[in-house]
Amino acid sequence: MSFLRLVRVNLRRHWVRTLIGVAGIAFGCAAMLTILSIVLGAIGMFERILDTDSQVLVFERNVSDLFFSSVPEAAAGEIRNLPGVAAAHPVLFGIVSAPDHPIVTCFGVERDNPRLAQATWLAGARDRFGTAGEVVVGERAAAFLNVGAGDHLPLGHGGFTVGGVIRTANGFEDGGVFLPLAAAQEFFHREKIASVVAVKLADGARAAAFKAAVARRFPSLIALENREFARGYSQFRILKLTGWAVGVCAFLLGGLGVANTMLMSVFNRIRELAILRVCGFSRAQVARLVVAEALAMAAAGLATGLALGFALLALIEAVPQLNGYVQATVRPTVLAGIAGTALCTALAGALYPAWFATRIEPAEALRYE
Amino acid sequence: MSESSSRASAVPPAVAVTGVWKSFDRGRVPVLADANFTVTRGEMVALWGPSGSGKSTLLHLAGGLDLPDRGEIRVLGEPIDSEAARVQLRRAAVGFVFQLHHLIPDLTIDENCAVPALAAGQPVAATRDRIAELVAAVGLTHRRTHRVQDLSGGERQRVAICRALMNRPAVILADEPTGSLDEETADKVFALFRDLVHRSGTTLLLATHERRFAEACDRVLRVSHGRVQPI
Repeated sequence: MSFLRLVRVNLRRHWVRTLIGVAGIAFGCAAMLTILSIVLGAIGMFERILDTDSQVLVFERNVSDLFFSSVPEAAAGEIRNLPGVAAAHPVLFGIVSAPDHPIVTCFGVERDNPRLAQATWLAGARDRFGTAGEVVVGERAAAFLNVGAGDHLPLGHGGFTVGGVIRTANGFEDGGVFLPLAAAQEFFHREKIASVVAVKLADGARAAAFKAAVARRFPSLIALENREFARGYSQFRILKLTGWAVGVCAFLLGGLGVANTMLMSVFNRIRELAILRVCGFSRAQVARLVVAEALAMAAAGLATGLALGFALLALIEAVPQLNGYVQATVRPTVLAGIAGTALCTALAGALYPAWFATRIEPAEALRYE
Repeated sequence: MSESSSRASAVPPAVAVTGVWKSFDRGRVPVLADANFTVTRGEMVALWGPSGSGKSTLLHLAGGLDLPDRGEIRVLGEPIDSEAARVQLRRAAVGFVFQLHHLIPDLTIDENCAVPALAAGQPVAATRDRIAELVAAVGLTHRRTHRVQDLSGGERQRVAICRALMNRPAVILADEPTGSLDEETADKVFALFRDLVHRSGTTLLLATHERRFAEACDRVLRVSHGRVQPI
């Protein structure tokens, strides 16, 4: 007989209790996986939007959300002329409602924006972009708004004609509507304003000099390299923190479940643990047995939770209303973090029961037989 | 004194209890008062006395399951005054048989027998062979894969005997091993137990209140009012 066999027998004996403990960990894992994957997926999508043929993003200093950032269009023109700049593309972000769709993301871009150049045009022609009264919609947006080229697209209090349908590299853009920059500025009442300017440098290694130049010339603006932006943008930080916090809270509940299960398990077999001591088990071996049972529960909970989490993610991505806004990203670091948290939670939950088990005095436990 | 008897006296006794006192409930319940006795190796000694006389306590102390308030206990010449010594004692030197078998109900006969080997880290193959030998000796070969909760009382006690002998201990401490069995089964199990212990040359310290089992041993010690006296 192996040590693991003892662990398995003990867990199987009170299988309902074991299942409850496993379920606690599983829900924690699933919650953490789902939340973090969605959050990191959303952030990743945004990063890819920024990365479209640019290395540096210029936006309003100290702004909490890029949707509230205001960069004067004149500044965009000046930035274009700064030394080392190969291209600078102003983009205006906006959110508007459409019938049955409270949130439709809009991108105001110039004709030569690389997003349009790099997209696959499923309908319409790129050279028509900018025609008065016409917009281009992403593939997913076309699906959930149920429009195609030539159709009328009601947006907010107005409407546009769909001039084309494009497929882009990421779901967020695919779920949006592209307007000519001037039309977007007028539509959102932000004349001569862009949200950001995406800058492509002739030499990426000279980003520091460019950032310094922006700081000198435009004190109200800030230039960040894309990776700096992703790291420091407060919305991303809040999102990530929230994701981890919710996940850890879910795990704490799971950990309490494990602690409760293990404590009940130890209390219910005090005499049996005493017999193990009689048969030569040391205190450390008894503690190892209890901890191994908790870890086995954590492993089962982890496997179940990950399966549940992946199923949930697939389900969420399949919901039409969320098309384009949820693109789950499962990173190895997240999986490692979840596994680590699950095992640590189980270990923490097993500490007191294991300690209690080692304090059982065999003679005391057997005296009242 | 002859050379052989001199050599014999140089061998420490299996169990030596010297001036042992023990009480419970912070001294309010005295159990043992200056208990003294020795058991030589290979000897079968009965601790005989009424319930509550301190027989079980003496076995627990001799097996390192409890600590005396005063006095010294040595097993095979070694003191058992540290936790490490007591764990080592239970792994290698002593085996216990209790009135209630105290087996693990969800494990099979083989698995219950393997528990002491697991504690001691014995090799798997050797453990398997030893279990086969012991289970055959008590006539339970045909039930080896059965869970002990499906066995009769007599069968369970036979499994408990196998478990006690698993690591080939020098001393068996048996606390009313037939106390929970009917008379006929008790006689059979005791005869089997005594035979196994005798054949293996193991020392037996048996706590019993039944005179007939006590008298089947080499020597009887009466436990009364916390003291141990030869009969």
